[in-house]
Amino acid sequence: MTGHQYAVILVHSTSHAIRAEKLLHRAGVACKMIPVPRHLSSDCGVCLRLERTETAAAREVLQAAGMDLVGVHDI
Amino acid sequence: MIYFDNAATSWPKPPGVAETMMHFLSDVGANPGRAAHRRAVEAGRIVYDAREAVAELFNAPDPLRVAFGKNVTEALNLALRGYLRPGDHVVTSSMEHNSMMRPLRALERQDGPSSGGVRVTVVACSPQGVLDPADVEAAIRPDTKLVALNHASNVVGTLLPVAEVGAICRERGLLLLVDAAQTGGAYPLDMQADLIDLLAFTGHKSLGGPMGTGGLIVGQRVDETQIEPLIRGGTGSRSEHEEQPDFLPDVFESGTPNAVGLAGLEAGVRWVLERGVEQIRTHEVALTRRLIGGLKNIPGVTVYGGHDAELQTATVSFNVAGMEPSEVGLRLDDEYGVLCRVGLHCAPAAHKTLGTFPVGTVRFGLGAFNAAHEVDKAVSAVAALAQEAK
Repeated sequence: MTGHQYAVILVHSTSHAIRAEKLLHRAGVACKMIPVPRHLSSDCGVCLRLERTETAAAREVLQAAGMDLVGVHDI
Repeated sequence: MIYFDNAATSWPKPPGVAETMMHFLSDVGANPGRAAHRRAVEAGRIVYDAREAVAELFNAPDPLRVAFGKNVTEALNLALRGYLRPGDHVVTSSMEHNSMMRPLRALERQDGPSSGGVRVTVVACSPQGVLDPADVEAAIRPDTKLVALNHASNVVGTLLPVAEVGAICRERGLLLLVDAAQTGGAYPLDMQADLIDLLAFTGHKSLGGPMGTGGLIVGQRVDETQIEPLIRGGTGSRSEHEEQPDFLPDVFESGTPNAVGLAGLEAGVRWVLERGVEQIRTHEVALTRRLIGGLKNIPGVTVYGGHDAELQTATVSFNVAGMEPSEVGLRLDDEYGVLCRVGLHCAPAAHKTLGTFPVGTVRFGLGAFNAAHEVDKAVSAVAALAQEAK
């Protein structure tokens, strides 16, 4: 884990996560779809994990596309 | 065999549709959005890709505003039953299919005939099936909430002026619901340029997908929380709550979706996008012109509608003097291998407008995969039957 400090972006549903992933990849922001960590939500869905240093850029890309973000958390 | 029943469902499907569906069943198979394992995510991506393809085709504002369902009928029921409240007024046309008329008639009757039902005005179209936007404007009242129209008649193919009506709706603060069953994939349709707020589509006609796919696209002006879902249940999202989520598309997509069908739909729509709707349209206009011209020249044959291929889809209705439509249909199938649909086509209002109720018509529904030689053969077959019926 050395060198990696992650954050996750939570969105409403899997459809939203897939849209967000596509938007981020198109904008050159690396991310990976993972199950939502249990301590953040009891939901059965997925979220996007990315480097903490990328969260501001990711927020900008997603909000510019009109996406509603449920939460951004460091993990 | 000549397949002229594309207005009911298209056949054949574009290359790749069946293979894509087989791939889903054999190699993916999981439930989209219901787990986080790789197969479930892949299934989710496949469904999302279908959303994106449909959004691109209709220029929808956002793929997540495409809510999938089983067909256009379900989508129209969702829009009408979900949005209209007792006492609201809705304007529709006399060329509608029963997928529009029956839910409206049921809403009209709710809470008793004289009390709180939805008020419906059916604007009369000409005997050729043409709708004058000025007549729609004249029917709008202070309590009007919605104008609901098909984009083209399923009986004679006549195109309705949705963009003109859309402009009237914007000016008067109303929503426009369009039933794109007959035009989606066969005629250019742009939700934003044509000022459409709610677009109901079906996957199994000119979009090239399988039966059991369709949906409602919810435009940017529409507050989705003002539309009651038809059903509620599991969505794979907000599982900790016993209340239905209120966001698109999940609010309208309870229960496991037809992911295998949506995989096929995506392949169908991609084929349409690659070929280009304009090119498909040009091909179908040429076939329609040839068909109308051929049929009109046969003594004893009456062709309905406007007789102008540019102003209609590739669906043509006619009758043969001295022979019932059912007899014409049977003999075309048995003796000439021409498959078509006869009768009222689930559209009694349209047939009343055209003057063909209750007998109905013979309908040839052409599609992207038909060819000129098939039109010529079918015209010769009708000519032979008409000669015999004299």
